[in-house]
Amino acid sequence: MHVQRLDGVEATVAGWGRYPVVRTYLKRPEKISALTEIIASAEDRKLLARGAGRSYGDASLNPDGLTVLTERLNRMLSFDPDEGILRCEAGVTLADVLAVFVPRGWFPSVTPGTKYVTVGGLVGCDVHGKNHHKDGSLSRHLGKLRMTVASGDEVDCSAALNKDLFWATVGGMGLTGVILEAEMSLSRIETAYIKVRKIKSRDLDETMALFEEHDSRYRYSVAWVDCLAERGGLGRSILMLGDHARLDDLDARRRENPLSVTPKTRLSVPADMPPGLLNRYSMGLFNGLYYAAQLAADQQTIVDYDSYFYPLDAILRWNRLYGKNGFVQYQCVIPPAESKKALTELLSSCSRSGRGSFLSVLKRFGQQEGLLSFPMPGYTLTLDMPVSPGLFDFLDELDRIVLKYGGRVYLAKDARLKAATMRQMYPNLDRWLAVKAAVDPDNAFSSALARRLELCPR
Amino acid sequence: MKDKSVLILGATSAVARSLAACFAREGARLYLAGRDAFEVERVAADLSVRFGVEARWGRFEATEYGAHQQFFDEVVGSMGGLDAVVSAMGELGDQGLAEADFNHARAIMESNYNGPASILTYAAGYLEKRGGGLIIGISSVAGDRGRRSNYVYGSAKGAFSLFLQGLRNRLSACGVKVMTVKPGFMDTKMTFGRTGMFLVAKPEDVAETIFKAAGSGVDVLYVPWFWRWIMLIIKLIPEPVFKRMKL
Repeated sequence: MHVQRLDGVEATVAGWGRYPVVRTYLKRPEKISALTEIIASAEDRKLLARGAGRSYGDASLNPDGLTVLTERLNRMLSFDPDEGILRCEAGVTLADVLAVFVPRGWFPSVTPGTKYVTVGGLVGCDVHGKNHHKDGSLSRHLGKLRMTVASGDEVDCSAALNKDLFWATVGGMGLTGVILEAEMSLSRIETAYIKVRKIKSRDLDETMALFEEHDSRYRYSVAWVDCLAERGGLGRSILMLGDHARLDDLDARRRENPLSVTPKTRLSVPADMPPGLLNRYSMGLFNGLYYAAQLAADQQTIVDYDSYFYPLDAILRWNRLYGKNGFVQYQCVIPPAESKKALTELLSSCSRSGRGSFLSVLKRFGQQEGLLSFPMPGYTLTLDMPVSPGLFDFLDELDRIVLKYGGRVYLAKDARLKAATMRQMYPNLDRWLAVKAAVDPDNAFSSALARRLELCPR
Repeated sequence: MKDKSVLILGATSAVARSLAACFAREGARLYLAGRDAFEVERVAADLSVRFGVEARWGRFEATEYGAHQQFFDEVVGSMGGLDAVVSAMGELGDQGLAEADFNHARAIMESNYNGPASILTYAAGYLEKRGGGLIIGISSVAGDRGRRSNYVYGSAKGAFSLFLQGLRNRLSACGVKVMTVKPGFMDTKMTFGRTGMFLVAKPEDVAETIFKAAGSGVDVLYVPWFWRWIMLIIKLIPEPVFKRMKL
């Protein structure tokens, strides 16, 4: 792949959605001193740290600049078993954290839908999980962050110390500096299993009513939505509620080894699928079957944490299902008062356009802090769509709906939002820009996303 | 490996880290040594957190020969004895620079040969007296035949391979096993982005193979295995032909 150059290895890279694809120069430090050296000698080349490259769009892309891969800076530095606080380097993956700590009875306080992500990426996107309504996003569970900023200095920040930098770094998409170390709290678990309750709903009204009735009593909640169902069935869903299973919840066999889960056989998508494989008919069929597969209106099961949190991780490289043109994931959130109207309009647009999504999920968020953090109280909807002619016009249309109802779009998934639209969606953007200007006045840290959305000091 | 004491020299390299993880996973007690103390400490912390084992560490400089005996004695003292010693030291260096400046060539030779040979001299003496134990020396396929692209590094690794071979011959009578490891291309900072790399192995996989082989008494390990055959072919090419090849 590569041509050796003093300033990095030339390569083409993309995010998980495989759109867009850009040329960049890779560096892969194995020591902290090597990382510091890269930052010090970058001169006028733009810098960006990249973890697992699991953000969907262009957040981890630095066209023509230096991309610093953090994968080898993945040392766990300490763990405090009284407080459950792990201090580790930014390249540690959530899969590592789970492998080490689940058997000891600890679980990440917040996890996104894949475990193949790095701690640095989790912080930069201030990720949320199925427990956002209860526990907030990751930033609520972080202690101190140690970063190298553009001046080359190492700086510590937290919600109590250098607060501005902290709140600009969580959700700051890697643009305030490189995270060297993070402290992250884990939560106690008795078992590696999740007690799941699945409730079927017939339409959006019922789905939302179910959320409002149940989610306060469960740690985890998320709904899979059939976004191709039309008219009467618009918004029909399966609401999946969950809690960490207690020891008493397990059968005798599982109780013998409550914290161990047998590793799964993982399949891999061997090559790009033809671009049209996931079309409105195949997706409609899949969605219809998925909905019909659950016969009972309300059922309970116990599943291991991998199956509950990371179902797609069982299929390695599933992003190839969308073909070589890639796909875009669109995730938005709408404040509670307007959620119903907005969701109806969004889902009707999808259904009408036939741009259904293979997997669409709906979830209710709780309170949130942070300058560019995505969540806000209300409902969040996630849609996957293959890149195809007309898609971006269609997504602009969705943006207008989201904006009209006071919502916003998640930058970790985004590849195409317009700067002016983003500015309206993120009311704290000016405060974020002020921190950015103070910590990185020459805009040394940048990305394709930052350039597209004009996230640079003026 | 449960409760065995293992000294790993050059512990910050990707393959050493992975190999240390194999030992730690099986419950060995570790002493990690390397030039960059700040990094060695982090690697040691990582192993302690991940595997719940004791991982001590110390600064070790390959070319401070005068300090090696004392360093080794201190490690033995602090660990209460040693069962295994792994040498993963060495720098690839810059062949072009080494051709122009012998000081650089000498640095490559010392970090890959003199340094490891020096510390293993004391380790061998200790294990011989103890009457058992294991030495793993990480050499390289580059030491099997001199090639224009890296013969300075290759000559040092070749010398190290011979040193290990002699050590094995000397120590076999007293029950000390000596394993020579010859990795092919690995995905490390030595190779990242270099042109002409093929069949590049992951350091984790290489480490697993080394760890398994160490348990089953292999003398010379090519890793991945096919390098034995690649190097056999390369060694069989007659010199009149070989000297004109661009390798």
